[in-house]
Amino acid sequence: MRAQLFGTCLVDSFFPEVGEATVKLLRRFGVTVTFPKGQTCCGQPAYNAGYQAEARSAAGHFLSVFRGEDPIVTPSGSCAAMVKHHYPALFRDDPKMRAAAENAAGRVFELSQFLVQVLRAHEKGFPGKGKVTYHSSCHLTRSLGVREEPLLLLRSLRGAEFVPLPDGIRCCGFGGMFMAKLPEISCALAEERADSVVATGADTVTGCDAGCLMNISDAMKKRGSPVRVAHLASLLAEGI
Amino acid sequence: MSDAQTSLSFRSNAVQAIGNAQLRAAMRHATDTFGAKRADAFAPVADVEAMRDRASAIREEVLNNLPRYVDQFVASATRAGATVHRAKDAAVAREIIRKLLADRGARRIVKGKSMVSEEVDLNAHLEASGMEVVETDLGEYIIQLERETPSHIIVPAIHKNRQQVGKLFSERLGVPYSDDPQVLTRIARQVLREKFLSADAGISGANFAAADTGSLVLFTNEGNGRMVTTVPPLHVAILSIEKMIPSLADFPDFIRLLPRSATGQTMTSYVSVITGPRKPGDATGAKELHIVLLDNGRTEILGGESRDILKCIRCGACMNVCPVYRTVGGHAYGWTYPGPMGLILTTLLTGMAKSHPVVDASTLCGACVDVCPVRVPLVDIILQLRHRKVREGFSDPKEKAGMALFGKAAASPALFALGQRLAGWFWPVVRVLGGKDVAGRMPAPAKTPFHRKAP
Repeated sequence: MRAQLFGTCLVDSFFPEVGEATVKLLRRFGVTVTFPKGQTCCGQPAYNAGYQAEARSAAGHFLSVFRGEDPIVTPSGSCAAMVKHHYPALFRDDPKMRAAAENAAGRVFELSQFLVQVLRAHEKGFPGKGKVTYHSSCHLTRSLGVREEPLLLLRSLRGAEFVPLPDGIRCCGFGGMFMAKLPEISCALAEERADSVVATGADTVTGCDAGCLMNISDAMKKRGSPVRVAHLASLLAEGI
Repeated sequence: MSDAQTSLSFRSNAVQAIGNAQLRAAMRHATDTFGAKRADAFAPVADVEAMRDRASAIREEVLNNLPRYVDQFVASATRAGATVHRAKDAAVAREIIRKLLADRGARRIVKGKSMVSEEVDLNAHLEASGMEVVETDLGEYIIQLERETPSHIIVPAIHKNRQQVGKLFSERLGVPYSDDPQVLTRIARQVLREKFLSADAGISGANFAAADTGSLVLFTNEGNGRMVTTVPPLHVAILSIEKMIPSLADFPDFIRLLPRSATGQTMTSYVSVITGPRKPGDATGAKELHIVLLDNGRTEILGGESRDILKCIRCGACMNVCPVYRTVGGHAYGWTYPGPMGLILTTLLTGMAKSHPVVDASTLCGACVDVCPVRVPLVDIILQLRHRKVREGFSDPKEKAGMALFGKAAASPALFALGQRLAGWFWPVVRVLGGKDVAGRMPAPAKTPFHRKAP
């Protein structure tokens, strides 16, 4: 099986190790990973801040890079949701681009979704250790509807204990540009999330969106917490 | 207090709220409680999603034919003996009500809870013409004594704890201090009972208006709504035009959805259906009933892309689950309506020029959409408003320039890579300049971006 990897701009610029872990995981399950050259950003920062023309520019470029019929896999729930739900809307008045957008929307997967739904990776399981809790990011769960997949993967970690985070799905305060525009609220929300993480007694908090993890990680660092913040891709890949 | 805060100063309002430990504790406690009660109230209901679909469809139908339903309501209510007034804006509504009261020599007014009356700033207008206006909903009474505005559409004093209320009562009413809610409620009831019995007129809002019968429907808990609408000789109801429901027969779903969504109750203590004034042989009811239908920009909203906000039935569930609202409270939003539905209405009703910072007051997490009983696409509307903010030139110039660059770089891998390299080189500078804001909370860019080592 082949898959096109969309690294995302955050992973590309700040967390290359998450990209490398994603490649390692996909290959482990027999996927031939291609990395379409020239990829940049899905356009979400502009779209969520109301800059539709700029978002359309990014989306148009994405669609010119990710051609063909192979599944597009990305280690980010919110970027996958952007492609799946907002690309068709951005090009609603442009029949040709709309067709390309719908094509991409139909074959985009968030990593945990792909690992479980397509590769059934949870059935094989992964080596793990320690006590792990999980932050369910908002766009992954609500917009993309990926709720169970990360949990199945976490429960398949052999030798690790999984403890759910209290309060269910609760925003960490990242929100893309929200973090930059209303930093005080963003920090207050990250602090609350960090409180929940600490309360579980876990030594690792994981999730499927680098942006959310970055915000939680900042709150953790500020309180000098030893809790490790790791993307699900990194956590799963480190034992294999 | 809240008077100095406007929607334009949202960020500094928020900073002030975040620094207020009492407010944050009160907000956390109240929103957690309402969230849990809501979940419990819905848990045993088998067909919640179907119920939401039906309620949503009824609200859609109303919006699709709003002028017709309003006309039908006016005709039915008139037939039932009420006098209906149409007010195109807040000033007209205020003046209609002031004149109605003044013409009848009314000086002592009791009020039931009404957010529309807050929207038109009714109390101040009536007080300026020498009338005494007393809020009789307990929460409203508390904030009236404190000279504040509601910070939640259902729970106006949500930001206060009982110790603060105890202190307020002892200062303003001269009673011994107590922070026992039962004692405080008894004190308020005693004061208000006198007011009901001596009032010349009662002013109320309404949760819904049934177009077929001309009835007003009120969901209340404290009994004050019944007193306001039936004890004084004159009852004036003020409501906005979109509160129409085609028929009384449509109510069962709303009766089940609204209290559960709002306060987590399976049912409010009272559901009042008021059809016209007291008729010969009626045991209770006001002798005269006037209904003021407020437009105040809603017809314009109805014709625009964000019209679905008019489906809102004012349950407040969206604010109870909103991470931003629960962190900053309602006053930070700077106008009558807070939270997700509130920031949307604020922008649409007061105009982008007076409100544009509040359209950023959402992380787009979607918790509000999960709980909205009538499926208002709140996140989609917030995105529309952000787009409008940019189109209409209210975005920050630096951000706009940055986004223009982003748009170019996102379509050009070479430019994008250059941007990454520049960010890497200048990171120490960026970090110092933006240390308190975004840059201080981000890690340093990777030495080698992923795309240089990808397969």
